[in-house]
Amino acid sequence: MIETAPRSSLPLAAVATLAALAVLPLFLSDWIVFLIALALAKGAVVLGVVMLLRGGLISFGHALYFAIGAYTVGFLANRFGIGEALVALPLAIVISAVVAAALGLLLARFRGIYFAMLSLALSMILYTVLIKFYDFSGGTDGLSVRGFALAGITPAHPGLVQYYLVLVLTAAVVYVGGRFLASPLGYLMQAVRYNEIRIEYLGASASHAILASYVVSGAVSGLGGALTAYLVGHVSPEFAFWVYSGDFVFVAVLGGTGSVFAPLVGSVAFEFVKNYALKFSPHTWQLTLGVFLLLVIYFQPKGLWSLLTRLRARPR
Amino acid sequence: MTVAMIDVENVSRAFDVLRAVDDVSLSVGEGETVGIIGTNGSGKTTLLNLITGYLQPTSGRILFQGTDITGIGPRRVTALGVARSFQTPQLYAGLTVLDNVLIAIATHSGRALDFWTPLYRRDCLSKADALLARFALREQASGTVANLPEGGRKVLDVALSVLLEPKLLLMDEPTSGVSARDKFSLMDTLMPALAERRITTIFVEHDLEIIERYAQRAVAFDGGKIIADGPVADVLARAAVRRAVLGED
Amino acid sequence: MNILPIILIDGIGFASWLFLVSAGITFIFGVLRILNVAHGSLYAIGAYLGATFILGLPGQEQRSWVTLPLLLLAAVAVGLTVGPLIERLFLRRVYGADEVIGLLTTFALFLILEDVVRLIWGIEPYLVDGPFRLFGRVRVAGVAFAGYPFLLTGVAIVAGLMLWLVIHRTSFGRQVTCVINDREMAGALGINVPRIDLMAFALGTFLAALGGAFTAPMMSVEPGMGVSVIVQAFAVVGIGGLGSIGGAALGCIVVGIARAAAVQLFPEIELFVIYALMVAVLLWRPQGLFGAIELRKI
Repeated sequence: MIETAPRSSLPLAAVATLAALAVLPLFLSDWIVFLIALALAKGAVVLGVVMLLRGGLISFGHALYFAIGAYTVGFLANRFGIGEALVALPLAIVISAVVAAALGLLLARFRGIYFAMLSLALSMILYTVLIKFYDFSGGTDGLSVRGFALAGITPAHPGLVQYYLVLVLTAAVVYVGGRFLASPLGYLMQAVRYNEIRIEYLGASASHAILASYVVSGAVSGLGGALTAYLVGHVSPEFAFWVYSGDFVFVAVLGGTGSVFAPLVGSVAFEFVKNYALKFSPHTWQLTLGVFLLLVIYFQPKGLWSLLTRLRARPR
Repeated sequence: MTVAMIDVENVSRAFDVLRAVDDVSLSVGEGETVGIIGTNGSGKTTLLNLITGYLQPTSGRILFQGTDITGIGPRRVTALGVARSFQTPQLYAGLTVLDNVLIAIATHSGRALDFWTPLYRRDCLSKADALLARFALREQASGTVANLPEGGRKVLDVALSVLLEPKLLLMDEPTSGVSARDKFSLMDTLMPALAERRITTIFVEHDLEIIERYAQRAVAFDGGKIIADGPVADVLARAAVRRAVLGED
Repeated sequence: MNILPIILIDGIGFASWLFLVSAGITFIFGVLRILNVAHGSLYAIGAYLGATFILGLPGQEQRSWVTLPLLLLAAVAVGLTVGPLIERLFLRRVYGADEVIGLLTTFALFLILEDVVRLIWGIEPYLVDGPFRLFGRVRVAGVAFAGYPFLLTGVAIVAGLMLWLVIHRTSFGRQVTCVINDREMAGALGINVPRIDLMAFALGTFLAALGGAFTAPMMSVEPGMGVSVIVQAFAVVGIGGLGSIGGAALGCIVVGIARAAAVQLFPEIELFVIYALMVAVLLWRPQGLFGAIELRKI
C-alpha cells in the first residue's frame, strides 16, 4: 500500500510560531507589533496570488481585491459610521468573492500573459474609479477609518486587539489555504499549468477550476485588504494600483507555491526589510527587490521556500 | 435495431488544401475491438481527434450511442463515456505518477472543484494503488512523470484513460515507445480486461503483430480515406492494403 | 466651440504618444515572446537623456531647433546601449522558458531601472519646454492647439513608416519575420537568431526612448513617468493583439480618440476608458484585434 502524502513537521513549527507571535506584544514595541500584523494581513493577499500562481497564472491585479476589502471597511466606517469588524470583515469577504466570481468568468478564459495583462487592467479600472469619483471614494485623499470595534466593544488599545484579531484570522486563512493546496482543486491548478489537454480528457474543465480558485483567492485577498484598512486607519486609491500588485507578486514568487506558510513568512520578511531599507536608502529599495527577483528567477525558479523544504525532505 | 457505439458519417477534415480525413464513414458496435492501420499522415490520429471533438470536421457528423457529438469538445465527450490515450503521452510532467493518478480519480468522481478534502484520501489511494499495480507502475509511484522512461509514460497515459471506465476507448499507438518485451505484457493485461467489461476499443497501431493478436476487425487508412474494413486476417491479406501500409508491391 | 476637431486632434496626439511605446512592446513580444514591463523605464530613460542633452546646451540654444536632433540622438543612444545591454545580460537567459518567467524578469528589470533612474538623475523634475514653445500655437478649424503635439504625431508616423519599411523591405526585416513565425525553423534555415534578437530588442528600445525623448518637452520629466505609460501601453497592445504592430497602431487610435472624447464629454471616465476598452475588446476577441490563436498539436 502506497504511503500517504509526505508528512512534514511544519504544522508543529506553525503552532510554535503562533504561540510565539501571541506573546510577542509583551516584549516588542507597538511599531513592530503593527508591522507584523500588517505583514500578516498582506500575507493573506499573497496567498491569494499563490493559489493562482500554482496554475501558472500571474495575477498582476490582485490589488483589486485588496482595495475592495479595504474600501468596504473604509466605507462602513467613514460613510456609515460602522466600525464593527464582525460586520465589516464578513462583508468584505463576500463582496470580494462576488466580484471575483463575476470577473473570474472573463479572466478564466485567459492564460499566461493575457491573464496577467487583463488582471492588471481590471485593477486599474478600480483605481481610476476610486480616483475620479471623489464623492464616492474620497478621491486621492482616500477615506479615514475610525471607530474600530469588535463584538460591540471599542477597545482602549485598538492596535493590540487588531493584532490578535489578525493572528486569529491568519491562522484561519492558513488552515483554509492548507486544505486548498492539498485538495483536488489545488492539485488541478497545478495540472492547469502542466497540461490542460489532459484535464479536458479527464472530463474536467480547466476554466472552471481557475474560476473556483479565483473566487477563493479573491475572498482571501479581500480579507487581507479589510484587515489592512483597520490596521493602517486609512484607505486610498493606491491600494488598487498595479505597483501594489507587483509587491504581492514579488513575495509570492519569492516564496514559491509549495507551502501555505511561504506567503506569510515571505510577507513578514518583506515588510521588515522594506521598512528598514527605505529608511536607510530610499532609492535602492526597488533596485534590491529587482536584483533579488532576478536571482530567484535565474537560480531558483521554484522560489526560495523550495530550497528550505528540499533540505528537510529525505530521499525515499 | 441496436444503436452502434460510434457512428462516423461522411466525415471530412481539411487543413487548407490537405484533406487529412476525406469522406470517412465508420460504424463500430458495442464490445468490438477495432484496429486502425495506415502509414503516417494517412488520417488515423486526425480521426481520433475528430471523434473526441478536439477538431471540428469540415463536413459530416459523429454519433455516440445515437447522440450527436460532432465537435462538442473533449470534456463533454469524456463525460459521455469516451476516453482517449495519446501517441505522445499527455501527462502532468512536473507532478508525480501518483499525483497524476489521484487527480484522474478525483475528477472522475466529480471532485474537480473540491477545495476542502485532501487529494490523498484513503479510499482514493487504494484505488490508485490497485491501478498502478495492474499496470506495473507501483515502483515509480512517487517519482515525477518527467523522470519516467518513455515506455512508462506511455503506460501511465493508457492507464489514465482506462481509469475513466469508459464505454468507448480510443488508443493512439498504445505500444509505440514501449519496449518490445513490455509491449505484449501491456496488451495482455489490458485487452482481456477491456473485453471483460465489454468496453468498445478502437486503437491505432503501426505494429501489425499487435493488430493481428488483439484486434478482431481492422480498418485501413490511406490518404485520408478508408481503403479496407473487415476481419483482421482479410484486411491484412488484401493487396491494396499491403501496398499502402507496408509498401509492398 | 466645435468639439469634433478637438477630439480628433487631441486623440491623434495622444495616440501618437502611445504608439511609440506600444509598437516597441508588441514588436519585441513578436520576436522574443517576452512582454517587456521595463519598457516604460526605457521610455523614461529616453526622456531623461534627452533632457540632459538639452540642458547641456548654452541658454538660448535650449529653445532652438538644435534641440530636436538632440532628442533623436538621445533615443538612438539609449537604443544602442541600454537595449543591447539588457538583452544580452538579462533576457537571453530566459528565452524558451515560460512566457510568464519572461514577464517576471522584465518586471524585475523595471524595479531595478526605476531606482537606477533616480540614482542617476535624482528625484527633482526636469523642465525642458524649449522645444515645446518653439512650435507655439496652431489654428485648426477655428480652434487653437499647441503646435508641439503635431511634431510628436509626425515623429510617430515617420517611425511607424520606417518600421514598416524595415520589416517589409530589408533583409533584416525578412529575417525578423522568419523568427517571429517560427524561431526554431529560422535557426535551422541559417538565420543568426541571437543577433536578430539583439537587434530587435535594440529597435524596440529605440522606439520607447524616442517616445520618451520627444515627450520630454511636453511634461516635466520626473521619476515614475514610466509607470503610467506602461499600463496604458499594455492596454493598447492587448487591444491590438500581441505581436501585431498594425494592431497596436489601430489600438492607439481607438484609445486616443476615446480618451479625447471622454475628456470633452465625460471627464470622470477619462482615465477609465482605456482599460474598459481593453476589457471590451478581449471579451469579444480573446486574442485581441489582430492577435493569433494557437492550437496545440496532439
